[in-house]
Amino acid sequence: MTPARLRISGLGKRFGRLDVLRGVHIAIAPGRITAVVGPNAAGKTTLIKTILGLVRPDRGTVEVNDEVVGRDPAYRKLIGYMPQSARFPEYLTGREILGLLTGLRERRSGLDEELIGQFCLDAHLDKPLRTLSGGTRQKLNAAVAFLFRPALIVLDEPTAGLDPVAAGILKDKVLRAPSEGATVILTSHIMSEVEELAQDLVFLVEGNVVYQGAVQSLLEQSGESRLERAIAAILSGTAP
Amino acid sequence: MSTTGKVLASQLRNVARSRWILGYGLLLALLTWLLLQFGGSGERALLSLFNVVLLLLPLVSVVFGTLYVYNAREFIEMLLAQPVGRGTLYTGLFGGLVLPLGGAFLIGVGTPLLLLGGGGPGFAGQAVMLLSVGLLLTLVFTAFSLCVAVLIEDRARGLGAALFIWLLTTLVYDGLILLVTTTFDRYPLEGPLLALVFLNPVDLGRVLLLLSFDVSALMGYTGAVYERFFRGAGGSILAFLMLGICAAVPFFLGLHWFRRKDF
Repeated sequence: MTPARLRISGLGKRFGRLDVLRGVHIAIAPGRITAVVGPNAAGKTTLIKTILGLVRPDRGTVEVNDEVVGRDPAYRKLIGYMPQSARFPEYLTGREILGLLTGLRERRSGLDEELIGQFCLDAHLDKPLRTLSGGTRQKLNAAVAFLFRPALIVLDEPTAGLDPVAAGILKDKVLRAPSEGATVILTSHIMSEVEELAQDLVFLVEGNVVYQGAVQSLLEQSGESRLERAIAAILSGTAP
Repeated sequence: MSTTGKVLASQLRNVARSRWILGYGLLLALLTWLLLQFGGSGERALLSLFNVVLLLLPLVSVVFGTLYVYNAREFIEMLLAQPVGRGTLYTGLFGGLVLPLGGAFLIGVGTPLLLLGGGGPGFAGQAVMLLSVGLLLTLVFTAFSLCVAVLIEDRARGLGAALFIWLLTTLVYDGLILLVTTTFDRYPLEGPLLALVFLNPVDLGRVLLLLSFDVSALMGYTGAVYERFFRGAGGSILAFLMLGICAAVPFFLGLHWFRRKDF
């Protein structure tokens, strides 16, 4: 697949009295890895859920490959999504979940089962999901996001809940994604992880984009050597 | 297979494997068997069974449905991240609840009825009436449960609302009717009472069931009014139609909210 292009224009969302997104504009070039970072309650997860159509925006649009996302769910064939935490139906097995998803996507061949192999999930696929540990479920969750070789991969806190070995495997997979034909968006609180993975950065604070661009140029602008410090500098209002 | 079919199949597999539904079916079978064995003559046993159906079925449907949808929250999110429309998923959820609940009821109550049989001359008709009213009540209260779970975010409050709906339709509503009759006992009340009955699915079910027996005389003067109204085929059809509407209204309301919901 060719990597997807994503454009978000004027996106706004309110939950009750809370302004979660206040007119967000983001353009993401195909084949790049972009990290969305920001303090808690900055609107990261809401932004990601809006891309998937899980949250309906009050105003603004999301365009995937120049098509405005609306009620037609077909565009989601292009997207692989790994939510923050995954709970599956308790009594189904992993294999049944994979069967359901391949059925829904109408794709049975050309699947990317690399993560299933590397995470050694095969041994767990025939057990009911309620008997699996949180980490194992999270591995399945990650494997599902990559399974259909999507053009856009959306990862919400991908390494949270994974052991260091599994987190390493997943990070390597993310780094290979652009060459395998995918655009990647991920959120993270771990700045070292963002430095390791992302080429571009979207920095959200209270529903506004305060920085958007390459990770490298942010470091150069702020004169800091570590991303963590550069972010802290923006938050305290000293640099750029 | 259509997308709805695939979603439905996975829901069915999931619900059918939960012990809840098995326990529900077994409980119904045990109750039916006990009542038929020890509940006196066939007709009296069936009458007791009617009361069980009118109380237990709404409770189990509305509570099981509500809890199931809350538990399936992440799974719903996962499916909505796939190329699956919201209407499709909603229909799949509804079917995935109604079919196992209805199936457990049909098998649990139907099997002992078939095996033990007995009862008066109208037994077959009464049994069919019991099963149809039970199935319709399952539809109605599952639709209520979807409404509640879609509209209310908080699980504890949702469960409270589900129980409230059950209490309202099975117990409080009758108290209300009683209050109306005692307060306005100087007026001819048949018309208004008939209207009140038509607004509550449980009362509709009760009237339909009682009238399939020859016990309407037990309901006094209003019983005679019901008798006159429902005994004709038209009245019964109207009552069944109204039960259908009682299921359709919450179903479509829930769908409307589900389409607009933020996950």
